[in-house]
This record gives sequence, structure tokens and C-alpha cells, in this order.
Amino acid sequence: MLLREASLKRQTLLDMLFRGITRISAFGVLLLLAAIIGSLVVGSMPAIEAFGFGFLTSSDWDPVNDQFGALIPIVGTLVTSGIALLIAIPVSFGIAIFLTELSPRILRRPLGIAIELLAGIPSIIYGMWGLFIFAPLFADHVEPWLNDNIGPMPYIGPFFSGPPMGIGILTAGIILAIMVIPFIASVMRDVFEVVPTLLKESAYGLGATTWEVMWNIVLPYTRIGVVGGIMLGLGRALGETMAVTFVIGNAHELTQSLLMPGNSIASALANEFTEAYGELYTSALIELGLILFFITFVVLSLARYMLYKLGQREGKTA
Amino acid sequence: MNMMPSLYTRRRITNAVGLTVSLLAMAFGLFWLIWILWTLLVHGLPALAPVVFSEMTPPPGSAGGLLNAIVGSLMMSVVGVMIGTPIGILAGTYLAEFGQRGWLAPVTRFINDVLLSAPSIVIGLFVYEVYVVHVKHFSGWAGALALAIIVIPIVIRTTENMLRLVPSTLREAAAALGAPQWKIVNFVTLRAARAGIITGVMLAIARISGETAPLLFTALNNQFWSSDMDQPMANLPVVIFQFAMSPYEDWQNLAWAGALLITLSVLTLNILARVLFRQSATSH
Repeated sequence: MLLREASLKRQTLLDMLFRGITRISAFGVLLLLAAIIGSLVVGSMPAIEAFGFGFLTSSDWDPVNDQFGALIPIVGTLVTSGIALLIAIPVSFGIAIFLTELSPRILRRPLGIAIELLAGIPSIIYGMWGLFIFAPLFADHVEPWLNDNIGPMPYIGPFFSGPPMGIGILTAGIILAIMVIPFIASVMRDVFEVVPTLLKESAYGLGATTWEVMWNIVLPYTRIGVVGGIMLGLGRALGETMAVTFVIGNAHELTQSLLMPGNSIASALANEFTEAYGELYTSALIELGLILFFITFVVLSLARYMLYKLGQREGKTA
Repeated sequence: MNMMPSLYTRRRITNAVGLTVSLLAMAFGLFWLIWILWTLLVHGLPALAPVVFSEMTPPPGSAGGLLNAIVGSLMMSVVGVMIGTPIGILAGTYLAEFGQRGWLAPVTRFINDVLLSAPSIVIGLFVYEVYVVHVKHFSGWAGALALAIIVIPIVIRTTENMLRLVPSTLREAAAALGAPQWKIVNFVTLRAARAGIITGVMLAIARISGETAPLLFTALNNQFWSSDMDQPMANLPVVIFQFAMSPYEDWQNLAWAGALLITLSVLTLNILARVLFRQSATSH
């Protein structure tokens, strides 16, 4: 009798111990986030003290005279990601439609896996391919055409005129688009699949075409999830380092032309951090990292929030 | 009378155009995948000689291999996975098994999902700030630590998802037999979810084997053979980055060979993970 009681006590103790360990591990994730933010803030303190909010709006980047501003990398990051989304959203939508509605059943799985494999290719491979294969072709065949045909146009012309070098902001945006397409497409496919078959069949029963079902039934039903997926892709694009570093050209210059080389936050870090000399230089780069982390954190939080919302609604209607 | 067919025709045309465009989008996606893989094969295969696996990374202008980089990458990945996996599995277990009440589980889940796609270069900066600055030199340990931080969120996510797939009847049956909770989790649910969790770990390995950005400020690189984790360590991604950006043809060829190696191993891991998971899913 006594033995069993002792054993019961031991088991209860072990239970508490095990639960405690798992809880500490889960808490560790929160701690990790706090530590990342904390260390970045501490590391960027010298730059914050030296430049204040002016850091965000200054386009200086002069390591010799210790003058730093984040405007050029921030603009570069936003513009390349914007170009990427402009291309990736319609393509991903098309791929998701194809995978959920059009593809023959046997091809659905292999094609889905192929798109996911595209997401699995390391970003450095995209970078190398972009630098050695894509950029030269782009410089020889596409950029002269852009110069001749879009260059003279009013308003948008100046964005597309410039020396055809192959590397630059537009190239970086296109490579980023190829990289985020699989992320956005697989989220879209997943959310399209939660649409109740009954809804779609009712629409088909009323004589709607496949396109109308997608556009008028599936898309409105999954709107939050689709936007969440797009934001997820945006989060990826903003923080992408290697692919961009290879092809963006790394120039601290603010130009109107998208064909000119530029810089993004991540590529500036990858290129300059190990060679940075002096406390202020390093600290300015860390502050760039902090800004990048802040932007992606906000974007990714919004993305997750929207996807949760869709998940909740699905839970209610099911 | 005339309105009806025209409306019908217009809808049919819209449909046909829309569906054709979506077909083209699919082709567009596959086109890049095939092009990139083709490029890798064309440039990588000729460069993939046996010396790649037997010689060290060469100085500019001479021939050599990637042995030290391959070994360095393997060592850091193994250490990273060994640090990250247990923490990830434990935290994932908490989220799935114990986190029904309270604030910790939902907040952790949310933060974890955000960390899952946080920019990896920032993780490199973080490890630089908390480790490299204090020991004052780049090292293999720092690289492994950065990789572990990338592994943790991936393992947490898959562990939680896989544990949730385990039917509650299993847990209830074990509880009815008088098993304490730690035994239920360790010997029943985690075991039932084993294949799925292994899949998650494999995907995590695939993810870190190509990561370059977090290693730039942590492990840096080493031109020579070194198995000392406390020293700067050669690794494939950073070597590829350096060699590809260099003007020397020998180096660029080695970079292609390394790129082919990494891509093949990442794709193999991805496909293996899927096959494994599928087999376990159908055998249930």
C-alpha cells in the first residue's frame, strides 16, 4: 500500500517536472524574441544616439566621415519587394487556380511538389543563377527593349531608362518574385482548398463557369487568407539576403531608374558588416538590421493574424 | 434574342482566357524551376570532379576542392540540429499537449510562426551581438548556434501539427490504463507522431544546409582545414558566395560544383521527407 502511494507521488512529481520542462522550452521562444530585439537595440544604441530619427530620412552613407542614413537601403528594400509582389501575386493566383480547379487529379500532387521544391532551393542558388545566367540575358535582350519602348513614355519612362547593365533593382525584384511565387502560391492553394465544396457546387449548379466560381465564390470566401499569404510572401521578400546581394549591384545611390544598381537593407548588411570598421559604422549597420526586423515583424504578424482569422471562420462554419 | 448568346459567349470567352492564363502561370512557375536546375547541372556536373571531395579550398588561380567546406557545413548543421531539435520538440509538445489553458501557448504559437519566416540575416546579427562580440572571434560554435535558432521554429511547428493529428482516443486509452502524463506523451503520443516529427527535422536540415546569411557574421570562413569548432569555420554556402563573386574561373567552377551539391542534397531531403511522411500517413 505504502509502496503504491510513494510510486504515485513520484509519478506526479515526474509529471510536474516534464510539464515544467516543456513549458520552459515554450517560454524560451518568447525569450528568444526578446533577446533578438534587445540585442539589436543595444547594438544600435551608438547610431541611435548619434543620428536620432534623422537616420531614417537621411540618404548619406559615408563611412569615412562617419555619416550614416538608412533611406537608400530602406527604399531599395521596399521597391524590390514591391516589384516582386507585382509579378508574384497574379502568377501565384494563376498557379493556385490551376492546382485546385484545373489540373488533372494525377498531376495535382507532383505539380504541387514541384512548386514547393522551387521554394526549397536555397536563396544563394537563385543569386548565382541570377548573376551568371539571368542578368546577362536581361542586359542583352530585355533592358535595351525597355529603354527603347518604355523609356520615351511620359511618367513611367524615367523608371525604365538607364544603362543596360543587367544587375540592378529591377533584376533583384524579378529574382525575388521567382522566389516568393512558391510561398504565395502554396498558401493560396491551401486556403482555396478550405472552401466548402457545397458552395462551389451550388455555383456550378447555377451555371457559373470555372472562372466565375473562382472569382465570385472562392476568392471572396478566402479573401483574408489570400491577403495573409501575400503578406507572408512580402515578409520573405523583405528579408531575403543572398539572392538580392548577388544581383542588386550594391550602390549607395538613390536613382529614379529601376535599371540602376541600388541597395537593400539585407544586401548592405551582407556586404559591409564583416568589413565595417569603427563602432559607429557597425552600429549603423545593426540599426539597419533592427529596422528590417521591425518591418518584417509587423508584416508577418499581420499575415499570421489574417490566416488565423480565416482558420477561425473555417472552424465555425464546419 | 440577340443579348442572350452574346452574354453567354462573353462569359465563355472570359472563362477560357482566365483558365489559359492560369495554365500559363503554372508553366511560368515550372519554367524557372527547370531552368535553374538545368543551369546547375550544365555548370556543376563538369566541375564535380573527385578532387572536390578530397582537396581543400584553393588559393585564387589554382585548382582544389571543397573538402573543408563540406566537412564544416556538416559539422555545424549536425550541432545546430542537435541543439535545436530537443528544444523544438519540447516546446512543440507543450503547445500541443499542455497548452490548452493560459496565455503562454497562443502567444508562443504566434511568435513562433513569425520567427519561422523572420529574416535569417537578422539571426546572424543577433548571434554576432550576443556571442561573437564577447568571445571576440568568429567561430564554428557561433555558426551552429545561428543554425539552431533557425531550426527551432520549424521543429516546433511540425511537432505541434503532428501531435495534433494523434487521435485523443490513444491518450485516453493510455490514461485509462493508469499511465502518468509524462509516460503518455513520451511513449504514446510522441511515438505515434514520430514519422511526422522526423519529417520536420529533415525539412529543417534542408533549410539550414543552404542558409548563407546567418553564417556570414558567425562562422565566417576558413581557407584551411579546421575541425576546431572554436575557430572560424569553412562552410559551403559562404564559400560559394565568395567564389562566385570572385573573378577567378577556377573559383567560379568550384562555386558551381558546391551549388549543385547543396541543391541536390536539399531537394533529396525535401523529397525523402515527403515520401516518408506519406508512407506513415497511409500506413495508419
